[in-house]
Amino acid sequence: MSRKTETSWMIGGPQGSGVDSSATLFARAMAAAGYWVYGKREYHSNIKGKHSYFQVRVNHEFVRSHIDPVHVLATFEDSTADIHAHEIVPNGALIYDPGLTKPETLEMDASVKLFPLEYEEIIRELADEMNKPAAKLGIVKNTIAVAAGCALYGVELDAVKKALEGMFTGKKAKLVDVNYRAAKKAYEVMAKFEGLNDFEFTMAPQTKMPEEGTRLLMNGAAACGIGKLKAGCRFQTYYSITPAVDECIYLEGHSEYGIVVYQAEDEIASVNMANGAAITGARVATATSGPGFCLKAEGIGWAGMNEAPTVIFNYQRGGPSTGLPTRNEQGDLLFAVNIGHGDFPKIVMAPGDMEECFEDSFNCFNFAERYQTPVIVLVDKALANSTQTINIFPQEHLRVDRGEVVHKVEGIDESDPLQCIEKFPRFKVTESGISPRTLVGTPGGLHFLTGDEHTEHGFITEVPAIRMEMMEKRARKSVTALREIPEHLQYKLYGPEEADLTIIGWGSSKGVIIDALDRLKEQGMAVNYLHMRLFAPFPVEGITNILNKAKKKVIIESNFSNQLAKLIRMETGLDIEYKAVKYTGRPLSQCEILDTVERVMVKDERKVVLSNGH
Amino acid sequence: MVTKERTLPTMDTKLKAFNLKSDRNPDWCAGCGDFGILNAIQQAVVELQLAPWKVQFFTGIGCSGKTSQFAQMYGIHTLHGRVLPFALGAKIANPHNVVLAAGGDGDGYGIGGGHFLHAGRRNVDITYIVYNNEVYGLTKGQASPTLEVGEQPKSLPLPHISQAINPLALAIASGYTYVARSYSFDAKHLKKTIIEAMNHRGVSFIDVHQPCPTYNDLHPKEYYTEKVSSGDGELPRIQYLEDQGYSGVVEDASNKDEYNAKRTAAIAKAYEASDRVVLGTYWKVDLPTYSDRLKDNFPTLREHAPIDIPFHDDEMRPTTDLASAYAEFLI
Repeated sequence: MSRKTETSWMIGGPQGSGVDSSATLFARAMAAAGYWVYGKREYHSNIKGKHSYFQVRVNHEFVRSHIDPVHVLATFEDSTADIHAHEIVPNGALIYDPGLTKPETLEMDASVKLFPLEYEEIIRELADEMNKPAAKLGIVKNTIAVAAGCALYGVELDAVKKALEGMFTGKKAKLVDVNYRAAKKAYEVMAKFEGLNDFEFTMAPQTKMPEEGTRLLMNGAAACGIGKLKAGCRFQTYYSITPAVDECIYLEGHSEYGIVVYQAEDEIASVNMANGAAITGARVATATSGPGFCLKAEGIGWAGMNEAPTVIFNYQRGGPSTGLPTRNEQGDLLFAVNIGHGDFPKIVMAPGDMEECFEDSFNCFNFAERYQTPVIVLVDKALANSTQTINIFPQEHLRVDRGEVVHKVEGIDESDPLQCIEKFPRFKVTESGISPRTLVGTPGGLHFLTGDEHTEHGFITEVPAIRMEMMEKRARKSVTALREIPEHLQYKLYGPEEADLTIIGWGSSKGVIIDALDRLKEQGMAVNYLHMRLFAPFPVEGITNILNKAKKKVIIESNFSNQLAKLIRMETGLDIEYKAVKYTGRPLSQCEILDTVERVMVKDERKVVLSNGH
Repeated sequence: MVTKERTLPTMDTKLKAFNLKSDRNPDWCAGCGDFGILNAIQQAVVELQLAPWKVQFFTGIGCSGKTSQFAQMYGIHTLHGRVLPFALGAKIANPHNVVLAAGGDGDGYGIGGGHFLHAGRRNVDITYIVYNNEVYGLTKGQASPTLEVGEQPKSLPLPHISQAINPLALAIASGYTYVARSYSFDAKHLKKTIIEAMNHRGVSFIDVHQPCPTYNDLHPKEYYTEKVSSGDGELPRIQYLEDQGYSGVVEDASNKDEYNAKRTAAIAKAYEASDRVVLGTYWKVDLPTYSDRLKDNFPTLREHAPIDIPFHDDEMRPTTDLASAYAEFLI
């Protein structure tokens, strides 16, 4: 039987039972074996007890998305098999505890191979061997379940060992031994199963082994955090909210970089603390999710009016209101581009994968300081919480841009206090719209900030002519930004230039659509993908050109009302004739992209509603 | 760790208070208490020999909020109720500058009430002045959180049916390390109190009584200057804590008994029923500031303030080494 180059593995269980760490162990083991992985994490808004699961796609090549079928379902308790057994493909495998799960009662394909593991017995043997009470070793159940899957896939035990060594370091290093022993036992048990050798989905060994230490296994939240560290972010404020909190906790764990992570009393405080810090010249960000983003609206308006370089990360989750707190949705796009009352320029961007998370998290500070506007970065929960193997981020091309800052005011004698308290035209009217700014502490740089309309020195005014001049000055910054921001950071067309179908998408849809393009190409279809990354200011000309050239267009989004399609129509006047949406709170799968393409091309369905996944 | 040493950026500026007038003249009503507070702030900055270009003056929204437009410093008119978050963010990210915050009673105890509590427990080294006139003046005199139940200034159609908060007691309970009361037209006392507050290491708070000549007819200027009859005969309305032999200063913060006893006494003092207005320092204690605590916990911040840690070279190439950020993810 030929071995496979791709598989999809799943583990599940009640929250708090170690599902996450099991999946990390599996992903690390597969990565250690040289494969590329993509892991999707689904969980409830609950601390302990409710069902959560992790699905890991493993491939010989780089992968950016999950697929729906499950080839191996690993369980160590009774609920997961009940919920997910029907997803196992014919001839796939179920790893289970025969004391808890009765396969004959499951809704499952009859051809699924069964691998009952007597967890209790294995743990008892291990306890005897280590001369420890079995009750203390219950935790290694997860490792047994993971290792059994690795054995089934034909992965060397050594890869599991490497994964354990990578996971348990420092004070936790002593846990490697017991877990390794457990894994070894799992391999021994699995070896006794007759079905092991003719399992249909055994993985072919990786032939293009990546060099050790050149890849990262991480999620989008960490990728954003690392981008911020690289950018010199020195202050991050937040109020506890899912899923934004993951990035904040990551940053807080890296105080060696000198970043102060401040858990504010509320969302309003956190955005305004960021405003206060931004005007002192520090690089500062605040992170939040939907409900908190709503509360930040007024503060973002202040940053717009005072041209403060405040960076706001909004980790999108299902809305409205508390909505689906732990699930994926691209539902905040129109809100983000319109946030705050009145008109003011802002930059709204959304990364599409881990690399873009890193890059945008670096660039957003440059944009904030160069254009002196609030910058909103929208991150999908599906990016924040998904785990992926990636190459170490390229950094050589990165440059810092601090914008126009006047550190020394011309003509000011700094030994003369009367000159030092001279006022400075902070909001000078310029052609680019960008006014050079002074920071507090600069002699002769005194100016006033106010959310009221103001003169070039920052004095409150309601004079119509000045109002017009200032509104126009601020608005010009959008034009400047659009002209200066490199095109590939605004949008990019993937796949063939000429195509029968152009898919349009944004955020986390990028990975799944690009993965699907390869399959479509294999099927002989010419499909390309327009990935949008900058939404405000909106690249009207570039997008119009691409859409006008496209033969047939379908937009795929994870929200109810096709928010990007609306924005495109608002900005370009162009309607996208085929639309697909998913608003279950679950991320798009590659299968759904292929399904959408077929329904558009073959069945001419104008509106496709997708709903795969639990 | 408490460092007693002050690091206010002082120099012999030879500036006079009138030098700190901005190009804008106040548009407050004649007789407004705001004038007194603005003057006292300008005088305090001059007397402390602070370089005005190193002072960030944050204000809230309302009549009081405009103060930052009239003083020649880096003046920041923020959002309604949000003056403290702005001020705290500025001070934590860039501790080199002096941060002064001011706002009204509605701004600070009403819409910004949550921030008021939490600013106390952080003990960031800033000074916060609240203009307390019991009404929302700029929107025509609605009740502020300090208006007593049953009172009815002329701007209210009906007597007020909510209870007033006690800002001093609230501040002490919230962890402010310096809590004082002053009065807008007691120029000497107010200036002295602002100086004392700005010299305090940690978060200092002054509740300043002031008349609103337009909307609060219950407590006009005359109310503060008139005599009050008491058992001892006629006495001025305004009294001073120091004349009462009261000291709210904790001499040794590590002495828990003294700390607790003084705190209890300070809260009791704040609640002392009286038809007098008692000015002075109700509570003062030296505790580690937020910056001290950061330094204790994060070695990187001992040498540098967050804003001073370099992250790029002269060619603007980012210099941050990601090795430790990557460590847990490398495979």
